[in-house]
Amino acid sequence: MAYNLKEVAKKPERFTGGHRMCAGCGAPVVARQILRALKPEDHAVIGSATGCLEVSTFIYPYTAWKDSFIHNAFENSAVTVAGAEAAYVAMKRKGKISGDTKFIAFGGDGGTYDIGIQSLSGAMERGHDMVYVCYDNGAYMNTGIQRSSATPKYADTTTSPAGKEIPGKQQWRKDLTEIMVNHHIPYVAQTAAIGNMKDLYEKAEKAIYTKGPAFLNVLAPCPRGWQYNTPDLMELNRLAVETCFWPLYEVIDGKYIVNYKPKNKLPVKDFLKVQGRFKHLFRAGNEQMLEEIQAEVDKRWAELLRLAGEEA
Amino acid sequence: MSIRERMSGNEAMAVAMKQINPDVVAAFPITPSTEVPQYFSTYVADGVVDTEFVAVESEHSAMSACVGAQAAGARAMTATSANGLALMWEVLYIAAASRLPIVMACVNRTLSGPLNIHNDHSDSMGARDSGWIQLYSENNQEAYDNMLMAHRIGEHPDVVLPVMVCQDGFITSHAIENIELLEDDKVKAFVGEYKPEMYLLDKENPIAVGPLDHFTHCFEHKRQQAQAMMNAKKVILEVSEEFYKLTGRKYELFEEYNTDGADVAIVVLNSTAGTAKYVADQYKAQGKKVAVIKPRVFRPFPVDEIAVALSKYKAIAIMDKADSFNAAGGPLFTDVTSAMYAKGVLSPKVINYIYGIGGRDVKSNDIEKVVEKLFEISGTGKVDEVYNYLGVRE
Repeated sequence: MAYNLKEVAKKPERFTGGHRMCAGCGAPVVARQILRALKPEDHAVIGSATGCLEVSTFIYPYTAWKDSFIHNAFENSAVTVAGAEAAYVAMKRKGKISGDTKFIAFGGDGGTYDIGIQSLSGAMERGHDMVYVCYDNGAYMNTGIQRSSATPKYADTTTSPAGKEIPGKQQWRKDLTEIMVNHHIPYVAQTAAIGNMKDLYEKAEKAIYTKGPAFLNVLAPCPRGWQYNTPDLMELNRLAVETCFWPLYEVIDGKYIVNYKPKNKLPVKDFLKVQGRFKHLFRAGNEQMLEEIQAEVDKRWAELLRLAGEEA
Repeated sequence: MSIRERMSGNEAMAVAMKQINPDVVAAFPITPSTEVPQYFSTYVADGVVDTEFVAVESEHSAMSACVGAQAAGARAMTATSANGLALMWEVLYIAAASRLPIVMACVNRTLSGPLNIHNDHSDSMGARDSGWIQLYSENNQEAYDNMLMAHRIGEHPDVVLPVMVCQDGFITSHAIENIELLEDDKVKAFVGEYKPEMYLLDKENPIAVGPLDHFTHCFEHKRQQAQAMMNAKKVILEVSEEFYKLTGRKYELFEEYNTDGADVAIVVLNSTAGTAKYVADQYKAQGKKVAVIKPRVFRPFPVDEIAVALSKYKAIAIMDKADSFNAAGGPLFTDVTSAMYAKGVLSPKVINYIYGIGGRDVKSNDIEKVVEKLFEISGTGKVDEVYNYLGVRE
């Protein structure tokens, strides 16, 4: 059946309102849409790393999660859910439980690219039937906007401040999606909540219902860390995709598919200039930095097209 | 009829795990506990258990997987030593606070640094306040028996806490000794089915585990956890009594050996208690009495019972195979002496020996030095040094 947001939104809510995520945050939009991809009859065990998503959705004695939920620590969301999946396999084999349960682990970029990468790598390599979702907002937002290996170059964060001598973070982002592709798992995708969120929904559905490990890297803008007006969330997502800063693509059993090629690829500065964390790049004399970022975006986009067997 | 066998302490623990047939085992290799998951993965490969074996990429992940599995409704087990236990540290506390009765085989080894693969108790002693029940084992038989009792203790509704079964690395983990095993069906009946009250995979009653728990509720939750540890003492004794009826092997909170008429006593954990008993026997043959007190249950600490048991001696040496680096005494010493003081047992003279660090061999003549010192203190009533080191060059 063709995707229809109105229909999808009628499904029973599995991630309820009343949680304490910020207005204009990308993460709850992503989590809610991903859970909509679950079949109503399927139960889910959902895990989250310590981070904004966890501390704002499960404050004792309240929870925003209608399915079973587990938070363990910062770096072990993947293996905690993998442990639950192992329990499911064993208990099903022994006839102790019935029905289908799906396993979804969430983590921010800090909990995924950095402190949790070992746990994630191990869980994916071992082939647990689960989905790992990284909601990538490009810094440790929960502790107050510290740089991570997902933070874009030159971004102003509280541990890579744009100072008089050093203009923000000095390193390029780690390409986690490619690292996960190189685990040779059945399904890896990069997505964002753009438009009617069809791309996000369909990838979540594939990830959840592909047997074996799957990984989703989802852009999740942060109004505090990125410094944008909260109503502009969806515009930020759109600009990230239209500039090819955040290409939408998937890798199914090793085959690359670029899901969206902008007809008119926008300059990356259109994405950067609406964010306070890049404000210093737009001062006179810093044009070189913008050019550097543009060159890097172009290089990575060209490489992705090459991997997908497409022309730029 | 029990089964007479001979095997190492590691194999004994692995056999116990095989007979328990848990739902999930998640483990990572580290000397000297590596054999436990090795044996166990053989059972999995040969189809003699129907456990899901998760060969994780670190001990942190081993404990994290156990948390996920146990919360999901499974019986989860692991094995580790030393740095592996240290890497689990963060998650040990979470397992206990989340009230997940995971069972761990802890094969005691020196915690780095420096790097040392041999036995002392610095690993499990470091985890003594993590909220895990700790059972110590003198030999392969006790390691096996404690493993069989661990689930019954940890899963008891008045307890619901994780359990760590400790034995000495190499000394008992790798030494092959005679052992009496229970038949598989008897183990199955004794251990029973795991029926958690609430679990993640109960789709009709979904739950959430591991909240952000502010000052409005966190203290109450920690208080309940503390109560569970208090409750554990009675449960341990009940389970041990049932085990005694099944096997004829009696276990209490601590073992008292050669106590009648003795004025002096040695308090010591795990395999060195065997050496101390041998020395006590030698003295007995000469008409001299030395008691040996071997704590089996270190967490919960048997405060009342040990204070009463020690009240009758004139001189007591408490032996620690782990230093606390507190300039005051090892962990067993500080716990025993605080128990005695709190219970008003003030007449015995008490000294502490740090011994066997980094696997330094402890021979009968080392224990004899301790005994001679105790006789001296018992005779004179005077203590020169409280905090002592045994068998170190200095």
